[in-house]
Amino acid sequence: MPTINSIEDLKRLREEARKIKDMRDQTGKTQIVVGMGTIGIAAGARETLKEILTFIEENRLPDIILRQTGNLGLDGMDPIVKVTLPDKEEIAYCKVNTDIARRIMQEHVVDGNVLTEHLVKE
Amino acid sequence: MRELALHILDIAENSISAGASQVKIYVNQNTRVDQLCIVVKDNGKGMDDELISKVLDPFTTSRTTRKVGLGIPLLKQAAEACNGSLTIESQPGEGTILTAKFQECHIDRMPLGNLADTFLTLLLGTPDVNFVLDYQVNDEVFHFDDSEVKEVMDGMSLTDYRVIEYLTNTIQTGINETNEKAIQQGVNYAYN
Repeated sequence: MPTINSIEDLKRLREEARKIKDMRDQTGKTQIVVGMGTIGIAAGARETLKEILTFIEENRLPDIILRQTGNLGLDGMDPIVKVTLPDKEEIAYCKVNTDIARRIMQEHVVDGNVLTEHLVKE
Repeated sequence: MRELALHILDIAENSISAGASQVKIYVNQNTRVDQLCIVVKDNGKGMDDELISKVLDPFTTSRTTRKVGLGIPLLKQAAEACNGSLTIESQPGEGTILTAKFQECHIDRMPLGNLADTFLTLLLGTPDVNFVLDYQVNDEVFHFDDSEVKEVMDGMSLTDYRVIEYLTNTIQTGINETNEKAIQQGVNYAYN
């Protein structure tokens, strides 16, 4: 599918995505959540989210649902990124700057290996 | 916060927490009257007068009793330090309008910063909320309403790489063109 330049292109993309969705039924997607409370924003959460978007765009990654949410209640550990691969447990990372975000995307989301650093300790 | 765009993101997060289904963001830089005006308007659950005074004051209550943190007092302080003001109009069930005004060329005025990234974070990261952006520099206006995109995508993920690329280009181009046209009309200061 070529680059999208209009709402018409977007409609074609939707139809294409629907077909794929129907074929795969409900096979899971990777969920990524970035905490965007006041402290998170001040600590760079917007840049972290933007880096993840850039990575998805550059690497043309399919089936990723990225969301932002308010304060995740883990003050002092922002920016926080939570990653849930299909049929896997949620993994929470803390102090995720743009470099760490890129590593999470490559090593965890693409290669499937959870990083050993920057994990939120319960 | 290093930029006003980050404050705008923070204020919009309050609107989302308040259950808004629509958030409108107006940024108006008027060099003729030397004013930068930011308005965030939502249709969330609204606040009564008591709660408004609480969210404006950083000291009257502890964080456990309210969802809204220090973001609003910080922005209020930043506005007042630049001959400006911050006001909140709201009623329970009626939504909220937050207005922050700054003297445009005040030496202490924070840069507007990356408004495009703030808007992309909101609209891509919150698929169930409708966001509207109006960015104005004097007579030049960029208007973007994500409802058409969200209706077309019909609840499907917006974080498809092609959608990200399309929206990033549309919004960044719109803001850049507004700035360039304003510069052609003689506005001669840096936007970042």
